[in-house]
Amino acid sequence: MTKPNWLRRAWTWSDARLDLTAAADHLKAKQVPNHRHTFWYYWGGVALFLFLVQVVSGILLLVYYRPGPESYDSVRKIMNEVQFGWLMRSIHAWSANLMVGAVFVHMFSVFFMKAYRQPREFGWWSGLALLGLAMVFGFSGYLLPMDELALCATRVGLALPEIVPGVSQIITVVVRGGADISDATVQRFFVLHVVVLPLIFLPLLAGHLFLVQKHGNALPESEEAKPVEARRSVPFFPHFMMRDLAAWLVVFTVLSSLAALFPWKLGPQGDPLAAAPLGIHPEWYFMSQFTALKLIGMVVPGTLGEIVGIGLFGLGGLLWCLVPFFDPRTPSGAQGRKVTQLGIGVVIFLALLTILGYFLA
Amino acid sequence: MSEPTHGPQEPAVEPVVEPAGEPSRRTAIQAVTVAAGAVYVGALGYPVYRYLGTAADEALKDAAVKEVTLEVADLAPNSALMFKFAGRPALLIRHADETWTALSATCTHLACTVSYEPEKQRIYCACHGGVYDPKTGNNVSGPPPKPLKAYQAVYADGKVVVSRD
Repeated sequence: MTKPNWLRRAWTWSDARLDLTAAADHLKAKQVPNHRHTFWYYWGGVALFLFLVQVVSGILLLVYYRPGPESYDSVRKIMNEVQFGWLMRSIHAWSANLMVGAVFVHMFSVFFMKAYRQPREFGWWSGLALLGLAMVFGFSGYLLPMDELALCATRVGLALPEIVPGVSQIITVVVRGGADISDATVQRFFVLHVVVLPLIFLPLLAGHLFLVQKHGNALPESEEAKPVEARRSVPFFPHFMMRDLAAWLVVFTVLSSLAALFPWKLGPQGDPLAAAPLGIHPEWYFMSQFTALKLIGMVVPGTLGEIVGIGLFGLGGLLWCLVPFFDPRTPSGAQGRKVTQLGIGVVIFLALLTILGYFLA
Repeated sequence: MSEPTHGPQEPAVEPVVEPAGEPSRRTAIQAVTVAAGAVYVGALGYPVYRYLGTAADEALKDAAVKEVTLEVADLAPNSALMFKFAGRPALLIRHADETWTALSATCTHLACTVSYEPEKQRIYCACHGGVYDPKTGNNVSGPPPKPLKAYQAVYADGKVVVSRD
């Protein structure tokens, strides 16, 4: 295919100023390993796509949402009066959950491919930070409709860290804006959700993506064992990018089907004086921590139990962060196998706690 | 079972070399892809457009009002009051000769809101100096291209009923 003359001239003109050839050459040279575990390479891209959906649907919700005393009414209006408002909110809520899910899959695939090893440590840490921020996004967004569940979930979520000595005062003054959830809390969670978190998240995401470009995809150990000439790869542009886009299309179809067939509900307006509804439980991505606290509470009752629970989860998270240090590349690979088994243990442990949580609830 | 011959005979297809000038398989796939893409964009764009359009729909519903009754007992002769009509500001003038004029207060030049100046007995737009006749709404001087829209105003018992077609 020959380009029209004006397009070629526009390219030459811009290239002389922006050095587009270098970027294009980088893109052309970029290869993605192709092997039987390649499937797992899509999950970071899927999470990125769902994040973009969050940005777009979030901006659309901002057109009608009002924080503060009118928050519940404005969401009720979005659900009942604004054309397709229920769909936009449903997309935003479903996409949030699918995004956290995709990030978890991405994280565990990175873990088991040992893609946190040198030189990719900062990729691992920035990814974990992004997951943490995504969970804070989820937690802060959950309060914004100010329905019954939102109110109760946020109460519990903020009460948990308060048992750590000295934290209570900070949460009351800085986070909650008072002794109980109120319009003031919604207002500042709104600021957190749409201004503060994006300001931190976006540059971190840009850095994370830059590192992926710099270091390329990591190989699983089974591929690293092969001689270089036996390894296969496909060009990123356009081959892998087309596959990426196809995956995005599949995910978007799944997302829109979920959002349309199972619209996200809006409960009754949150009443600060009403008792917590029976069977209340957090979103699935907080469920394992929730269950662990319940179980530990049975063995070690009272505040001590919660401190033990939070301490254990904190320690676990810290070890998870530091895994690049105690699983470096070694000739025998014995340490690596142990860490892999540990990872499998973590997956089973979290899955069991999560499932158990739904039975206990 | 042999297929009965119905419809036109399919032309023999060259499997490798496409006849020059005829749509190739590649062109057909491209056309289908573009069509599917257009359907997808439409399926995405329509809900978003309607979603954003709800505010305008509601405003239009408000603007659909055809008649409004105004309390004018307190309105002195040679003065005016502003009211909302057809979704935009409007102007009711009580003239010194006890006649009434109801006009749209949106300048026909660039949509500023005009005001009645009793001392000069004119309607003036502060943005670009447009002047209208207070009795008829006709554009007298300045940039306005056409008269202010006029409504019917009927006085009875301390009230004025403003209406439009």
